[in-house]
Amino acid sequence: MDDNRIATHPILTWDRGTPVRVTYDGRQITAYPRETVAMALYAAGVKQYSTSSRFYRPRGMFCAIGKCSSCMMRVDGIPNTRTCVLQVQDGMDVETQHGDGKFPDVQAAMKGVKEKNAEVLVVGGGPAGLEASLWAAKAGADVILLDQNPQLGGQLVKQTHKFFGSAKENAGTRGITIAKKLIEEVVATPSITVYSGFTAFGWFQGAVCAADQDHAVLFQPRKVIVATGAAEKMLMFRNNDMPGVFGAGAAQTLMNVYGIKPGNKVLMVGAGNVGLIVSYQLMQAGIEVVGVVEGAPRVGGYLVHASKIARNGVRIMTRHTVLEAVGSDHVEAAIVAEVDEKWQPIPGTEQRVECDTICLSAGLKPSTELLEQAKLDLAYTGELGGWVAKRNWAMRTSNPDIFAAGDASGVEEASTAMMEGKIAGLQAAYDLGHTDVPVEEQKETRYNLDDLRAGPFGAKICIGLKCVEVLE
Amino acid sequence: MTREDEKTIACRCEDISVQEIKDAIHEGYADLQSLKRYVKFGLGPCQGKTCILLAAQILAREMGQTLDQIMTPTTRPPVDPVPIGFFVKGKEADDEK
Ligand SMILES: Cc1cc2nc3c(=O)[nH]c(=O)nc-3n(C[C@H](O)[C@H](O)[C@H](O)COP(=O)(O)OP(=O)(O)OC[C@H]3O[C@@H](n4cnc5c(N)ncnc54)[C@H](O)[C@@H]3O)c2cc1C
Ligand code: FES
Ligand code: FES
Repeated sequence: MDDNRIATHPILTWDRGTPVRVTYDGRQITAYPRETVAMALYAAGVKQYSTSSRFYRPRGMFCAIGKCSSCMMRVDGIPNTRTCVLQVQDGMDVETQHGDGKFPDVQAAMKGVKEKNAEVLVVGGGPAGLEASLWAAKAGADVILLDQNPQLGGQLVKQTHKFFGSAKENAGTRGITIAKKLIEEVVATPSITVYSGFTAFGWFQGAVCAADQDHAVLFQPRKVIVATGAAEKMLMFRNNDMPGVFGAGAAQTLMNVYGIKPGNKVLMVGAGNVGLIVSYQLMQAGIEVVGVVEGAPRVGGYLVHASKIARNGVRIMTRHTVLEAVGSDHVEAAIVAEVDEKWQPIPGTEQRVECDTICLSAGLKPSTELLEQAKLDLAYTGELGGWVAKRNWAMRTSNPDIFAAGDASGVEEASTAMMEGKIAGLQAAYDLGHTDVPVEEQKETRYNLDDLRAGPFGAKICIGLKCVEVLE
Repeated sequence: MTREDEKTIACRCEDISVQEIKDAIHEGYADLQSLKRYVKFGLGPCQGKTCILLAAQILAREMGQTLDQIMTPTTRPPVDPVPIGFFVKGKEADDEK
């Protein structure tokens, strides 16, 4: 293929289907049915999607999972559409959005708001939300599961590496395999209704409103489980908003979910597990990693991952940071420099690194917007990634009808997200009087979760949990 | 040499630079809520998912405070961009989605 789509990969294959026609600024591009608009454009070599509202700066994708709104374009006459989570359709008309955008064409098929009752509403279909839905359903509750992405699975669907975690909880299995199994189980459960492509965007007097491109539904749930995951953290350096600057997870979404190359020469910023794993996966996809920049004097992630990429000749630059993205409408190079103990750049140490993509892996921030809006008690907990909801051991927050689970309740890992989801799902069902699953099942999961956190990497999490696991 | 200036964007939705936030702090907008209202970051389509943490970091650094001393601003709906037409149309009967 002469576009940015990956033809061969050691682990993955992509069943792309037959191409559909999409118009981009008046010209035809090739898109495949499972792709989102932003992905199809990127595969066709389009990297700039809009110009910003005040300074008219070029903007492209950053998060690739619907969190940052950097990829907004005008689609079929509707401006401000997040194109990274909108699936392509034959005949779609996509336009670059300039500044604040043109007035929408109101004849676009807008429906009114429907109302739906729900026993348990689960927001987010990553590992936490999938497990929460499954176990709430197993206990006897009717469940509605929402996810703003066209595909269920959250971050798990892009994890091609074998998992860390305890034997019982999937260690040694690839994330994509775990995701596939969970999704199949959820889809096969009659008491779970899935709304894919639906974004929950607010609370209105106890109801949660969610919408896709042309439907809105006001859900009246009795219990809500918020499993909205986390968003990648931005870093501050010159031109940090230039197309070609991605979250590391976004690069992973492009190549592992959609089979599209994020770039040809990538600079990774951050040498934690995510930065190292994504660097290795980039290399697997045949992409050159020109270096890994890390501010700390040592690599933060597991050494196995670090040595894997070092063995392949990638430079890991500890005590370095990125100062600037260089380019006009797309990254052409990066300026990096050495830093002192206070992470301040040392004058005279600047060097230019040629690259077309800069990936940031500076950690994740729990997506707590819905929890904040519900006016729950939150606490700032650095160990868990930022502000998170206070709760009891069963993940019930300061509002007894609202639960939080997974990265949204504190950034940790998929194995723990799944257990938290299970505990929350069961508790929501129990609180409604459904008891088809004995409480021993929930208790055992709780013990397993404690066991998993007893390891060396759990120590930090446990400190964080002391601040938030406080409610009775 | 610094890594930040008016070309370092803190709020990409509303195009607000790190420099503008720093200037406002030095003008006396020294808590997250009034800083947000004055500089107008965090009010774009993503509702602060990208920028609130950066603004809090800048504020903490400029004021010599820690992040937990800086409270999270309140969020209002919509937390993600959705077509306003839904609200104009209002509720409909509940048949199928
Ligand atoms: C590169 C990388 C490697 C990793 N490796 C491992 C590993 O080896 N082992 C391990 O245990 N963990 C690993 N993790 C971590 C793991 O992927 C996450 O901790 C886990 O996916 C969190 O699950 P979650 O369900 O909480 O969130 P997510 O998986 O992020 O799912 C959240 C879901 O919610 C949806 N959503 C968000 N907001 C809304 C809304 N408003 N409306 C509707 N839907 C919404 C999103 O679309 C998404 O699908 C890794 C992560 C990365 C990035
Ligand atoms: S919302 Fe689409 S790139 Fe972040
Ligand atoms: S980045 Fe500030 S509101 Fe979106």
